[in-house]
Amino acid sequence: MKVAVLVFPGSNCDWDCVHAAEQTIEGAVVDRVWHTTDTLEGYDLIMIPGGFSYGDYLRSGAIARFAPVMQAVAKAAAEGVYVLGICNGFQILTEAGLLPGALRRNTGLKFRCHSSQLHVANADTAFTSGYAAGEVIDIPIAHGEGNYYCDDAVLEQLKARNQIVFTYTDNPNGSVADIAGVINEQGNVLGMMPHPERAVNSLLRNEDGIRLFTSIMKAWRERHAIVG
Amino acid sequence: MQSLAKTKAEQQSMEMAKAVIAKEPTPEQIAEERIYATMGVSDSEYEIICSLLGGRKPNYTEIGVFSVMWSEHCAYKNSKPLLRRFPTTGERVLVGPGEGAGIVDIGDGQAVCFKIESHNHPSAIEPFQGAATGVGGILRDIFSMGARPVALLNSLRFGQLSDERVRYLFEHVVEGIAGYGNCMGIPTVGGEVMFDASYEGNPLVNAMCVGLIDHKDIQSGVAKGIGNPVYYVGPPTGRDGIHGATFASEELTEESEAKRPAVQVGDPFMEKLVMESCLELIKSGIVIGIQDMGAAGLTCSSAEMASKAGNGLELNLDEIPQRERGMTPYEMMLSESQERMLFVIEEKNEPIAMEIFNRWGVICRQVGRVTDDGRLRLVFDGEVVADMPVKGLVDDCPVYDKPASEPAYYQANAAVDTTSYPAASDLNDALLRILGSPTVASKEWVYSQYDHMVGTNTSVSPGSDAAVVLVRGTRKALAMTTDCNGRYVYLDPNVGGKIAVAEAARNIVCSGAEPLAITDNLNFGSPEKPDNFWQMQQSVDGMAEACRHLSTPVIGGNVSLYNENTKGSIYPTPVVGMVGLVHDVDHITTQGFKQEGDIVLLLGATKAELGGSEFQLVMHGVTEGRPPAIDLDVESRLQRTVLESIQQGYVQSAHDLSEGGLAAAYAECCISGRTGATGNVSVEGLRSDIALFSESQSRVLLSIRPVHVEAVQAVCATYEVPVQQLGVVGGERIQLKVNGVSAIDVAREEAERAWKDAIPCLMR
Repeated sequence: MKVAVLVFPGSNCDWDCVHAAEQTIEGAVVDRVWHTTDTLEGYDLIMIPGGFSYGDYLRSGAIARFAPVMQAVAKAAAEGVYVLGICNGFQILTEAGLLPGALRRNTGLKFRCHSSQLHVANADTAFTSGYAAGEVIDIPIAHGEGNYYCDDAVLEQLKARNQIVFTYTDNPNGSVADIAGVINEQGNVLGMMPHPERAVNSLLRNEDGIRLFTSIMKAWRERHAIVG
Repeated sequence: MQSLAKTKAEQQSMEMAKAVIAKEPTPEQIAEERIYATMGVSDSEYEIICSLLGGRKPNYTEIGVFSVMWSEHCAYKNSKPLLRRFPTTGERVLVGPGEGAGIVDIGDGQAVCFKIESHNHPSAIEPFQGAATGVGGILRDIFSMGARPVALLNSLRFGQLSDERVRYLFEHVVEGIAGYGNCMGIPTVGGEVMFDASYEGNPLVNAMCVGLIDHKDIQSGVAKGIGNPVYYVGPPTGRDGIHGATFASEELTEESEAKRPAVQVGDPFMEKLVMESCLELIKSGIVIGIQDMGAAGLTCSSAEMASKAGNGLELNLDEIPQRERGMTPYEMMLSESQERMLFVIEEKNEPIAMEIFNRWGVICRQVGRVTDDGRLRLVFDGEVVADMPVKGLVDDCPVYDKPASEPAYYQANAAVDTTSYPAASDLNDALLRILGSPTVASKEWVYSQYDHMVGTNTSVSPGSDAAVVLVRGTRKALAMTTDCNGRYVYLDPNVGGKIAVAEAARNIVCSGAEPLAITDNLNFGSPEKPDNFWQMQQSVDGMAEACRHLSTPVIGGNVSLYNENTKGSIYPTPVVGMVGLVHDVDHITTQGFKQEGDIVLLLGATKAELGGSEFQLVMHGVTEGRPPAIDLDVESRLQRTVLESIQQGYVQSAHDLSEGGLAAAYAECCISGRTGATGNVSVEGLRSDIALFSESQSRVLLSIRPVHVEAVQAVCATYEVPVQQLGVVGGERIQLKVNGVSAIDVAREEAERAWKDAIPCLMR
């Protein structure tokens, strides 16, 4: 399985994503892909990591969406390639219109970094099949602008189409409907504020994120009818 | 190479600058009107400068350059004799004081690079940017050595949170640190915050950075190779931070607010790009010398790089990237615009460097050359505008041994009997009040604003004795902490200095690591006051002795003097930043109790020592008497006992006893472990409140599986460390008797609320 981890100027969770993918996805070949690249041909999973792309100046994710590589992401997403946007990656995906909604400043106006309990609201996706529906998992957050917003109509749609994948048990940032992560209609693009790549190591006392990566691997294998 | 032809805008800018230069004071005016004095240069220093220039009077640019180079901040002119008292060598020390940061071997060709630095005065005036650029500066010190920063820590001091201005400073300092570190993606993993009226108006903001480096990549800030080009990297130079180093070397006054322009403005995004591109440049193997532009910007970096090589340097100021129009040589040389670096390579390697910086979108421009004449020469519009001896700038600043005298308060305190306070009637209430005192209370409000997890190596997050960061790809880890109890240092600087080092080492050991070395940040009041200079001398002696005893040499640090407010000097606060090596990740230990039924052991002896304690301040509103005594031999035996027990795999949790004494530590072990505990402490002849809240040194609480208790007791016996079986982990209440009499009995949740809610409540 070939994995691309995008690197924008200011990305700072790129290596964490590389390490997590290498550790959790058996046989993964992981490349860091520079923001000026204009093709993502041949990749099975594209990860858009956390950080402060372009300093988060103007608005988080607002400049990154214009990077050449985002054209390639849109194309790959349309072709069904798995795309996982984490934190700043989620912000970029909403700015690029690949996911509905937007992320605003936390209601407390402070950056927050701590462990956070999530409900797996939809365990029937390529990213979450390894979890049980309704299971509570611990995936840490670290963001200043993680307050998910969408209007009522979009919210109803998200609910109706089962696009809300993770919700907070104790909403840390004011997100509408406690939303921590959403998936696109086609089910191949997931954006989430919490950091699963920070929860894959027993020495960091949290391994709840591992199953997110192994779920993707399983889905990919099924898609390509790989037995093993 | 850039085109020599100037654009019209550049020509205009040059004309503007020249018009300003024409109005600058002449050398004669500088002498007659003593303009140098406004830059912090004394009459006698001015005379020396003239003789260093061969009898010529310095022009405005030259006196400006000398004044910053000869400021306390850059020249350590008041503290150098004291700094020589520190032990700075050791088997593991690869780079000691004098470079951007010290470096210590951690085996396998790897090393750890770390340093602490203050940004006190800027933070007092403009807390967000002051603190943010403090973080930016210390990061550059680390990556300019070739090390990749892996962790940030800080040590903060504020006045009391009941004061509105203090809350403002606290809030924005924390936000500034968070804003910079989070954006850079370097986790802020630990530190300390203490509150005391003595810091009102002059908060302390000390930032520490820890980096990892392979021995082969270690860099030096040296301008070697006559004729080699010198390059400027980073954003253009603006007028911010002019005279920042001078500003840091004088007392804050009512007029300080007007010096807000002397505070720099940080751009962590730019720093991230500069860091990544510079680390890539270093990895390419072509760098001869590299140094960051910190205090005194272009002046200090160029002079120091030339000095280390025994060479000269010629800078063509026309080539300096400029953010503002009409900048004069004086302004360019004294600006402390952030995120800038200077490096030297061979000319033939320029394309390699340019490819890297172009890819990262970072400005890189050749601005000068290494010369063989030992001069720092500045050329502007084809004319030499300053010509000074490098050695004179770097080495010839006079060093002062200031008069020191024992302050009256020190003698007066000898007579104070800290056991004579009326006994506390309600010990539960006393414990809750101490847990709720901002100095002891949970700092979650602070560290939850810091991304302490990015990098996915933070094994022990803020809130335990020391933070622990894994060394990827190995079984090793690094433990790190910052410590200093300024109250102890104030009451007895020698003892307080020893305790600062000892406590840092104890924290490191409790985390399962072997202490390696320290970096220190000496925060004191004005050295012009004999009382203060005595405090400096005494505490440096105490620290040096402890460093020798605990085999933790000083590998670098920073001095911040003139920390004064309208009421006087701050408490002397020589902050110790220590790093230790965890030899195997299995040794990593935290403070929280782990399992019901585990046995709690108290190591060390408890005496009647309330001087400078949290209990004394919270319950009696004073800081007086003598601080707890410390015997470095006892301390070192205690630490060996704890480390050996951990390394043998006997220890479930370890926590050192510090502010708030046994009762606070015991409660913290329960709160962190989300469990209760029951126990009894036997201390013959001590009143219960003294037994519980005394801050006697060299004590640690361990929790041990019952099967290992005898083994730990045997280790204690080997090192002659007193040990008593204090209690058992379990239940939902924190219970502790003293000599068989019930003393503490509170619900764990109640204690947790008092401890956790204190700072959020005060900040609401």
